Amino acid sequence: MSLVTADPLPQRRSNRALSKLRANPAALLGLALVSFFLAVAILAPVLPLPGPAATDWAAVRKPPSAAHWLGTDEIGRDLLARMVWGAQASLLAGVVSVSIAVLLGVPLGVASGYLRGWTDAMISRITEALMAAPFLILAIALAAFLGPSLTNAMIAIGLSAMPVFIRLSRAQTMSVMTEDYVESAHAVGLGHAALIWRYVLPNIAAPILVQATLTIATAIIAEASLSFLGLGQQPPAPSWGSMLNVAKTFLDQAPCMAMWPGLAIFLVVLGFNLLGDGLLDALDPKES
Amino acid sequence: MLGFLVRRCLIAIPTILLISVFVFGLQKLLPGDPVLAMAGEDRDPATLSLLREKYHLNDPVPVQYLTWVGNAATGDLGISLRTRQPVLQLIGEKLPVTIQLAVMALFIALIIGIPTGVLSAYRKGTWVDWLSNVTALSGLSVPNFWLGIMLILLVSVRLGWLPASGFVALGDDPLKSLQTMIMPAFVLGSGLAATLMRHTRAAMLGVLKSDYVRTARAKGLGERTVLVKHALRNALVPIVTVTTLLFGELLGGAVLTEQIFTIPGFGKLVVDAVFNRDYAVVQGIVLCTAVGFIAMNILADAAYRILNPRMSDA
Repeated sequence: MSLVTADPLPQRRSNRALSKLRANPAALLGLALVSFFLAVAILAPVLPLPGPAATDWAAVRKPPSAAHWLGTDEIGRDLLARMVWGAQASLLAGVVSVSIAVLLGVPLGVASGYLRGWTDAMISRITEALMAAPFLILAIALAAFLGPSLTNAMIAIGLSAMPVFIRLSRAQTMSVMTEDYVESAHAVGLGHAALIWRYVLPNIAAPILVQATLTIATAIIAEASLSFLGLGQQPPAPSWGSMLNVAKTFLDQAPCMAMWPGLAIFLVVLGFNLLGDGLLDALDPKES
Repeated sequence: MLGFLVRRCLIAIPTILLISVFVFGLQKLLPGDPVLAMAGEDRDPATLSLLREKYHLNDPVPVQYLTWVGNAATGDLGISLRTRQPVLQLIGEKLPVTIQLAVMALFIALIIGIPTGVLSAYRKGTWVDWLSNVTALSGLSVPNFWLGIMLILLVSVRLGWLPASGFVALGDDPLKSLQTMIMPAFVLGSGLAATLMRHTRAAMLGVLKSDYVRTARAKGLGERTVLVKHALRNALVPIVTVTTLLFGELLGGAVLTEQIFTIPGFGKLVVDAVFNRDYAVVQGIVLCTAVGFIAMNILADAAYRILNPRMSDA
């Protein structure tokens, strides 16, 4: 049994990946963007800003000024405060929905790739069916039937993103199962659960991490899209998508209202895309 | 080829049946009694009972499903609560508008994405490659509804060059139709151009390293001939497949684009249906897009076989 207890491969691979990531300026820029927005979202309650719902009727649709750095919206709310709290909604939606997709998708994919046979056939057919509906249309339909709220939007996005993780973890599990060390572990009598926990999961973690990073970017855009359509975060709670929805009515009078939320979505999504691309390069065994 | 298409269609049947189970299951997600949602303001018990009878809601769930799927198979996807029109007819009316938008967007994506991808691969490691990659990644990161809003602000509100919203059918006034659709098509096509550029670059990089390209160069052929006739022709196989599979992204993007530019298409239909609690329309749209997506998958496989006759089983 002691022969198969240690697998140094993932450890060595992650050290190598980390140093490759450090040498990639685009990935570092991505990491910096993601860290910045993450810090803003976490620090939102302690930052010296007016409340995101606090109105100032004397300053309606004002351009940036010393009092309101990013300007104000149609009922005099501070755009910077709403942007900061909106970051919380966007990042929360990105992380929670992808967590839902990973937590449901990976076990199903691993089961499919590990057990094969009928389990595999059944899970694969369900995945194919789910993948047939376009991501955003499926998310809109789910959000519509579940009811408009940020929580339901996160569930809808998570369920819509799940098939990708089933497919990926299934393929990766099937590939790991052909490795010699898995056969050795089997030969010395390691149980299914222990084998999956100690050999399959650590070896499929890297591509899932890359996919999760890239999917967070997609999920943030999806949340903003649902909120833009009125199916995500509900007013007066701030969300970049719903801010854009209101802003399009006041394009001529207050272009700032549309500028900032879109720019923030762009930067955070760009951050996750750059980081995801960097991770993909760093963790690609062909590149090492 | 016919045998292949028939076989692929037969394989698609179980997937379509599973999709129909999901789509039917959607209405079971509705909180509370679905009849209350259907009746709207009218809460008269007699009306509710009539609706329950009409939509077979007193039947056991499997029977309800079989009735629903049986009707769907004959093209009966129900009646829109708002317009009282059959759902299929409603979709059929809106679809040409979205198809026009999608075709224009795809055209824009192709004329931007493929040349940029080819150039980026050909000039790998130079500033051209770097600029193309940065532009593509930015294109993928920009939410298309924001791009739409910003273009309306610049091109329509500030410069007054193009209309900010509206739709004119191609048959009514082709020039006006193109004028109203060019901006939405660019918004929808720009993200797809980024995806296409990345795929074209990856495919070209693989092909440019191959022996036959080296041989073509050794024979003394000009760079343009090598690039277009030898490299791009072979790289087209994965590009065509990706293009066909962009159908889902096109439809998803169309929902937002049509909303911003007030285009009365398929995407606007789904959003309006959601807000009018017109659930039969939402279900019909999900079912139709999924079936359409499967059809596009089959076409992608067929295109793959035509472009690459060595493929015995795609």
